Amino acid sequence: MTPAVRRWVFLAGAAGLAAFYVWGLTGLPGFGNYPGPYGDMINRIAVAQTKATGVVSAINFEYRGFDTLGEEFILFTAAIGVATVLRHLRGERERPARDEAIDRNVPAASDAVRMVSLILVGPTLLMGWFLTSHAQTSPSGGFQGGVVLATSFVLIYLAGEFLVFRRISPLDVTDAVGAVGAAGFAAVGLTAVAMGLPYLSNYLPLGSTPGAVSSSGTIALISFFVGIEVAAAFILIVSELLDQTLLFRQESR
Amino acid sequence: MGIFPFIVAAWILIAGLYGIVTSRHLVHQIVCLIVVQSSTYVLLLGVGYKRGAAAPYFSDIPVHTPAVDPVVQALALTDVVVEAAVTALLLAFAIQAHKRFGTLDPQELVQFKG
Repeated sequence: MTPAVRRWVFLAGAAGLAAFYVWGLTGLPGFGNYPGPYGDMINRIAVAQTKATGVVSAINFEYRGFDTLGEEFILFTAAIGVATVLRHLRGERERPARDEAIDRNVPAASDAVRMVSLILVGPTLLMGWFLTSHAQTSPSGGFQGGVVLATSFVLIYLAGEFLVFRRISPLDVTDAVGAVGAAGFAAVGLTAVAMGLPYLSNYLPLGSTPGAVSSSGTIALISFFVGIEVAAAFILIVSELLDQTLLFRQESR
Repeated sequence: MGIFPFIVAAWILIAGLYGIVTSRHLVHQIVCLIVVQSSTYVLLLGVGYKRGAAAPYFSDIPVHTPAVDPVVQALALTDVVVEAAVTALLLAFAIQAHKRFGTLDPQELVQFKG
């Protein structure tokens, strides 16, 4: 199929899609007129029921906890996929990146970049832990916190060398932490089953003050496990992709 | 105005699809896929929006304050993170495709088998 034909086929399809879409829109309540009742109902009962004031987290880690477990495993599988797809193939060996680009002058990281990265490592790490541990109270949680945590490790890479990054987050440790995070989430659910409750029931004490860090039972615990799993997955992905810059392919096909 | 955000979502979706169909570079194609996925965020958050309502966080507002739908926000949130990981997987495939075939043009890659 030539590019021109391909474009025309697409445009015909897109026109049809747009027509059906607009037709579908005419049946929707307009923007700003959310009809409910599901969201309204959860907004009304979530704080009393879970003692979490962050209703989005309550949904993620409690009401739709099973769905989030699936989402978390998509992330886990994607990270494993990256590691598998980028494994060293026959004929590839490691070599300093600079050899590969003889004709290219790669400027060293400027002092400003190194300095700012170094300064930001601590605050970013703290921010990541804050987000991971405050799912129940504020717009945060394991997913956001995990990404910020991983960022602090990437800052170490920016501030220094790849080898330092690798020494600080060795692959075995990262793998293990990721596995603990993924398994921890599933185990929280299975513990409920062992106690004779439905899977992922909130069996921990909820606390009495809504929005306290110690409140909301398993929501905080699951958020913690999700946080370390997300952080490990992203560190793994970043280091696998950085690894590629060190690879040199011996035989060219 | 009533359906404007939904039209925006459709526009982002179709613009992204157009990019995927006509792309001449795998990395560009992956970015187009991200654009397609962004349309779902606009749609989800647009569907859940309630005029004049607060964010669904009751740390500093009374519990009975009208708030927007938290369910679609929860869906969008997990979606963002998973999307980032899936993007990384696709980029890994692009790296291997380039290693193996020496090109990143999807329309040239079609000629290669296996």
